[in-house]
Amino acid sequence: MKRDSMIDQVGETIIRAAGIGKTVPNGASGLTILSDISFDVRAGEAVAIVGVSGSGKSTLLGLMAGLDAPTEGSIHIDGHDLFALDEDGRAALRARMVGFVFQSFQLLPAMTALENVMLPLELAGARSAQVAAREMLARVGLGERLEHYPKQLSGGEQQRVAIARAFVTRPALLFADEPTGNLDAATGSQVIDLMFQLNRERRATLLLVTHDEALSQRCDRVLRLAAGRLVDGSGTP
Amino acid sequence: MSIVRELVLALRLLWRDHRAGELALIAIAIVIAVASVTTVGFFADRVQHALGRQANQLLGADLVIVADRPIAGALEEEARARGLSTVRMMRFPSMAIRGDRSTLASIKAVTSGYPLRGEVRIASEPYGAERRADSVPQPGTAWIDERLYALLALAPGDRFELGQLALTVAGIVTHEPDASIGFINGGPRVILNEADIAATGLVQPGSRIGYRLLVAGPAEAVDGYRAWAMKQLQPGQRVEGIRDARPEIRSALDRAEKFLSLAALVSVVLAAVAIGLSARRFLQRHLDSCAMMRCLGASQAMVVRLYLIHFLVLGVIASIVGCALGIAAQAALAYWLGTIVSVELPRPGVLPAVHGLFTGLALLLGFAVPPLAALGRVPTLRVLRRDLGAPGASGALTYLAGFAVIALMILWRAEGLKLGGMVIGGFVGAMLVASALTWLLLKSAGALRTQGVTWRYGIANLRRRPLGTVVQVIALGIGMMALLVLSLVRQDLLYTWRTSLPPDAPNRFIVNIQPDQVQPLRAFFDKHNVRQPELYPMIRARLVQINDRRISSANYPEERARRLIDREFNLSWAAQMQSDNRLTAGRWWSGTAPGPQFSVEDGIAETLGIHLDDVLTFDIAGETVSARVTSLRKVDWDSFNVNFFVVGPPGMLEQHPASFVTSFYLPPANATLLASLVREFPNILLIDVAQVMSQVQTMMDQVARAVQFIFLFTLLAGLTVLYAAIASTQDERLYQATIMRTLGASRAQLRRAIVAEFAVLGLLAGIIAAAGASALSYVIATKILNLPYTFSSSVWLVGALAGSAAIALAGYAGTRAVLNVPPLKAMREIG
Repeated sequence: MKRDSMIDQVGETIIRAAGIGKTVPNGASGLTILSDISFDVRAGEAVAIVGVSGSGKSTLLGLMAGLDAPTEGSIHIDGHDLFALDEDGRAALRARMVGFVFQSFQLLPAMTALENVMLPLELAGARSAQVAAREMLARVGLGERLEHYPKQLSGGEQQRVAIARAFVTRPALLFADEPTGNLDAATGSQVIDLMFQLNRERRATLLLVTHDEALSQRCDRVLRLAAGRLVDGSGTP
Repeated sequence: MSIVRELVLALRLLWRDHRAGELALIAIAIVIAVASVTTVGFFADRVQHALGRQANQLLGADLVIVADRPIAGALEEEARARGLSTVRMMRFPSMAIRGDRSTLASIKAVTSGYPLRGEVRIASEPYGAERRADSVPQPGTAWIDERLYALLALAPGDRFELGQLALTVAGIVTHEPDASIGFINGGPRVILNEADIAATGLVQPGSRIGYRLLVAGPAEAVDGYRAWAMKQLQPGQRVEGIRDARPEIRSALDRAEKFLSLAALVSVVLAAVAIGLSARRFLQRHLDSCAMMRCLGASQAMVVRLYLIHFLVLGVIASIVGCALGIAAQAALAYWLGTIVSVELPRPGVLPAVHGLFTGLALLLGFAVPPLAALGRVPTLRVLRRDLGAPGASGALTYLAGFAVIALMILWRAEGLKLGGMVIGGFVGAMLVASALTWLLLKSAGALRTQGVTWRYGIANLRRRPLGTVVQVIALGIGMMALLVLSLVRQDLLYTWRTSLPPDAPNRFIVNIQPDQVQPLRAFFDKHNVRQPELYPMIRARLVQINDRRISSANYPEERARRLIDREFNLSWAAQMQSDNRLTAGRWWSGTAPGPQFSVEDGIAETLGIHLDDVLTFDIAGETVSARVTSLRKVDWDSFNVNFFVVGPPGMLEQHPASFVTSFYLPPANATLLASLVREFPNILLIDVAQVMSQVQTMMDQVARAVQFIFLFTLLAGLTVLYAAIASTQDERLYQATIMRTLGASRAQLRRAIVAEFAVLGLLAGIIAAAGASALSYVIATKILNLPYTFSSSVWLVGALAGSAAIALAGYAGTRAVLNVPPLKAMREIG
């Protein structure tokens, strides 16, 4: 199981987190969500972040993706200091390098499946967005449902659209936040299989947040969070 | 749970929602709705009264009892008992004499207090500085006009004789409010104190004297008195209000009233939309808590009751605030109006406040409560499965109650089933057309979807909620239409109207010119270098038969038609059609002997049901004349040229007794010419139309300004809808922006997408606005101002471009907050 992501192809460090801390204002002292977290992820690796509810794992994923800023510490993605960039710089980096899969799919309700998948390509200024999006949807088995709106699709189908959207830009990094959380066991396992399969094909680096131990065992490495601290799996692989 | 505890719980919910900022938008919507309604209400109420009074200045009173015998003292006593002011007036013609000079003058004797409405202006010497007269002439003195001054070679302080009494000239009348009533006061004028009448010895049995009782006071008291007086009338007596005296002023007033109430209703409709949108947002944000309440054991009915109480309390509070704001706004408005209109506005009544309160609650009950009823039907399972929404919460059927409320309000404001029905029908029709148009435009805008992510995002957002988009487009369209009408269209119309009256439009009419005076009169004009005016023959006739049908006023339900049948027509003959007439049907005659036939003005033809080829029979001094109608004409009555309803060809009517009539322009500097004119032709009747014209013009202008001001509120209400619409979709926008940010969209890309969406929305609204403004200006031009409609492309251009730009800007301003929220935070907030 642990060999799903072909560790032999692991390359250079693609994510470097150093001394990450996150505190949110709460009364006089503030509430510490994460503190002193450091780890590296190498290109091509599949890393699971696990922990109980409230351990800070989704916050950590958000910080890795530059969706929010840490209170202290730094994060380097592919050599770029994430927080030396401004919002638009981080957005551009995401457009270039990062794909996302969320627990609640996060598809745009106003757009068709095809348009949802085209979106990240268009944001990155890609030319043949439609061709790529069609191919990608066909690859996840939704070639016949291009013009359907999210509300016309089942949960599993929506998540497959989301996976297609995540991979269509051929991202170097895939961030997944509880990707099976809203799906039943059978559908969830199909989606996970698809995700790992694509990840392997595309040689992407996977950062997966989950509380599912079985799922985490399919990754190369597990980072375990408890009360905002890294308790296991820190350091380098 | 007891009622009291439920009430307490409802209030607690209200307080929590208030604390959480959930109520701000809906409360603001109600406050603005009520504020605009009450402001419009107060304003319209006061303007309507002011316009009424302005019109009443032409009568010198609110109500006049006219009689050919002295009016019983009981009529005056009753008026005073009702708290009304009264003035007695006598009018009759008599000779005014000074030395060897004498002339027939129109005498007006008044008691103190005259005029009750409007003002008399006098000057100390002819063409001197005029001032407002603050009393009536003292006994033994008289005010005369410039013509009498010229005719008798009088000067201030001189004396002249009226019957057996010598009167001292105390002033030159330059303006009197009731001068133009009925067009019969042709002679030079004398105004004296009624106390002097007995001493003149002119009032004898058989004297032709018109008696008048002028009455004025608060509108309700006048109406009450009018109803009472109608029952007391003797033969030879009649009641005249401004509405009876001058049909053209009556219709102008009616149109103004209709226009003002319509403008007010448009604002009400827009406010309703704003409230509906706010309530929808409230509903969506409360689905969870309601599901949780159901889950914790609250019954469906209880949830509905709780929120009903919650909203009623909110509605009352917001309505009161709105009323207070309305009162303040109308005061500011009255102040502003006070500086542009020289009419003192009457104090506002309480009624508009009551209406406002009712309006607020009615709008709330019609547009906020029905969608909230859906809260009670929230599936309890939603606590586990958030995608389970409220059942059918935003369907059009939900607002059926709201539509009913609006319909009732229209019927109530229109004060009549027929007009109300027409307005509702017109409104629904216009809405349907606008909706269909918007829907079509939206559908064709789909083509833009292929133009990259910016357009796709914008258009997709609009198309995702076609109903919501249609509502927004129409609401904004109405607001923008108001703006277009009050800027471009109003300018166009005023320009057309002003230029339609040439500066040398006739300002004097001469009536009763005898056939043997035609040549001498022409010679007179030549001698004094006045441009030779056209003289028209005029024969008095009564229409007695259309085809084989004898007609009488009883055949016509319409008052105007009855009056036309009862009074005598003026027939004329001409070889050529007048240049300001336009043929609308049939052919004008030609040749040397065209044979008997008539050409009829199309307005009167419509009123009396006369068609081309009908045979009309007139009674001319006991003889009947019949002929076929061979043409219908449109007449420009505003040109102040002499015009006739019915004209025959030459050779048909000449044997009947005729007099001649003409109109001409006399520069104000040449006013002394009138004196010599009257001296040479003592029997003619000279009518000053300039005064009538300027009064009508002032009134038109005030109506235009009033409408313009009320349209400002319509615009405000339209913007409220935009704000409510943006707010009601704010969560969704935040969500979409967050996902786009996460997927790597730059701020610029997001900004472009937002601007694209609102630009398209504004473009659609601009097109609707231009269409509406064009239709409205067509109606205003052709139906109200009687002007030819000219198509204005600038309305479309400005509507589309400015609409697009303004809404893009407003929409961006309203939504730019979504650009600044860190994606993770936003994602957490939306869940």
